[in-house]
Amino acid sequence: MSRAAARRSLECAAVLGLLAVAVTGCAEQRSATPGSPASSSPSTGRGPAGTITVDAAASLNTVLPKLARGFESAHPGTTVRFSFGGSSALAAQIVAGAPVDVFAAASTATMATVTDARLTSAAPVTIARNRLEIAVPPANPGRITGLADFADAARTVVVCDPQVPCGSAARRVFELAEVAAKPDSYEPDVTGVLTKVETGDADAGLVYRTDVLAAGSKVKGIPVPQAADAVTAYPIAPLSASRNAALARAFTDYVVQRGAADLAAAGFLPPR
Amino acid sequence: MIAPAVVAGVLLAGPLVALLVRAPWDRLGELLAGPVVLPALGLSFGTASASTVVCVVLGVPLAAVLAGSDGWPRLLTRVARAVVATPLVLPPVVGGIALLMLLSRTGLLGQPLFTAFGVTIPFTTAAVVIAQAFAGLPFLVLSVEGALRGVDPRFAVAAATLGASPWATFMHVTLPLAAPGLAAGAVLSFARALGEFGATITFAGSLPGVTETMPVAAYIALTSDPGAAIAIAVVLVVVALVVLLALRERWLTGLRA
Repeated sequence: MSRAAARRSLECAAVLGLLAVAVTGCAEQRSATPGSPASSSPSTGRGPAGTITVDAAASLNTVLPKLARGFESAHPGTTVRFSFGGSSALAAQIVAGAPVDVFAAASTATMATVTDARLTSAAPVTIARNRLEIAVPPANPGRITGLADFADAARTVVVCDPQVPCGSAARRVFELAEVAAKPDSYEPDVTGVLTKVETGDADAGLVYRTDVLAAGSKVKGIPVPQAADAVTAYPIAPLSASRNAALARAFTDYVVQRGAADLAAAGFLPPR
Repeated sequence: MIAPAVVAGVLLAGPLVALLVRAPWDRLGELLAGPVVLPALGLSFGTASASTVVCVVLGVPLAAVLAGSDGWPRLLTRVARAVVATPLVLPPVVGGIALLMLLSRTGLLGQPLFTAFGVTIPFTTAAVVIAQAFAGLPFLVLSVEGALRGVDPRFAVAAATLGASPWATFMHVTLPLAAPGLAAGAVLSFARALGEFGATITFAGSLPGVTETMPVAAYIALTSDPGAAIAIAVVLVVVALVVLLALRERWLTGLRA
């Protein structure tokens, strides 16, 4: 990339960052549709190459690698690496200067901390939404029937820390259900909650519906009616710190354009 | 020689200096007394003290056994030593997973405990103490064993000829002579317990006032309240420095066994 082009893209990122600040909460747009000019054709032969690192919300840890394998075979010579974790921790790392090419967060608020710092090189695009569900061990030893059981101090229940997206969604769900939850642990990410349910140490945990599906027979899901009003959105954006902006952009576009089927199969809701 | 030595010095001291420079000193008191730090502070010092007691009560006998193991088969001594030292080199998260396998409600020991008595260990303050004791025990055992081996056996022989029982000999003669090693081991295991993070969050969870110790609170606060995280970090650095200064070089001699 020429210096002028690099400069332009930086300016572009800055403008987009400002825009994002101006319209916080609705900064994301589902712009790219299949075949839009932004899409890079994999058959041209001179496509992007190299390696990128994608920081992504823990709840995307089965879908994104699957999409990445499709991307890598469509673009030989590319490698997509992942770092999965709690969105907030990942966002904090990115803001602190972590060398990351693409960020996929589990909430618009978390993505906003990155766009506010003007670290995205394109406007975030929402690729999916997710809702919470109660996960219990297959035998349901705590005889959990619904959200109200989370207020029972005698039962061992775990949720995400309110500072991460799944935790703030959990807080909203409890508010909507008017349940004074008494969790036994606030986990730093959704994987922590799921693990504690899978090992049987928790009678119940509040996780994403997609986590329940991904865990297969290891947990049982109990739908929560209030969760429909506390859905969380998954924005993805290439980052301006990327040393391989073309590849970062291409992978982001690929996920936006081709991800719908795999995301739906994993239990995610469409972006709206 | 000088240049790499300076780089090493910067590598060791640089992060700590940066932390102290960036610390919000003007708000430190308010942060330490705030809702995030204060419960974690109390919990951390309480659990670390408890786990140090556990380490001393269980670790001194183990150290005494190991110190008297010269007559054992060589392989057995080696295996015993390796088992004692394992938590030192094990990634703490792995320690947490291992503790879950043993003590979780579906664990090897945890399941019978739960079915027989309805006792669950994860998510309790006891789980924090267990995780800390697991991490801190090697420091105590190795330090005390080294000290016991350094005690002149003729004192014990003299006590025995004067009619003292083996227990009285150990408690009143050998152990007091090994007291510096015991103190060093106890302080080191306390410091290790205070810093324990990986096994705690994996095995005990994170609930303010119950299982959310200072390192766990610092990790979670870093994303939303970096000031609080840095305040906790400052406390932990100060404690670490105080511990090492108080011990002078003794911890080295203790562990040199």
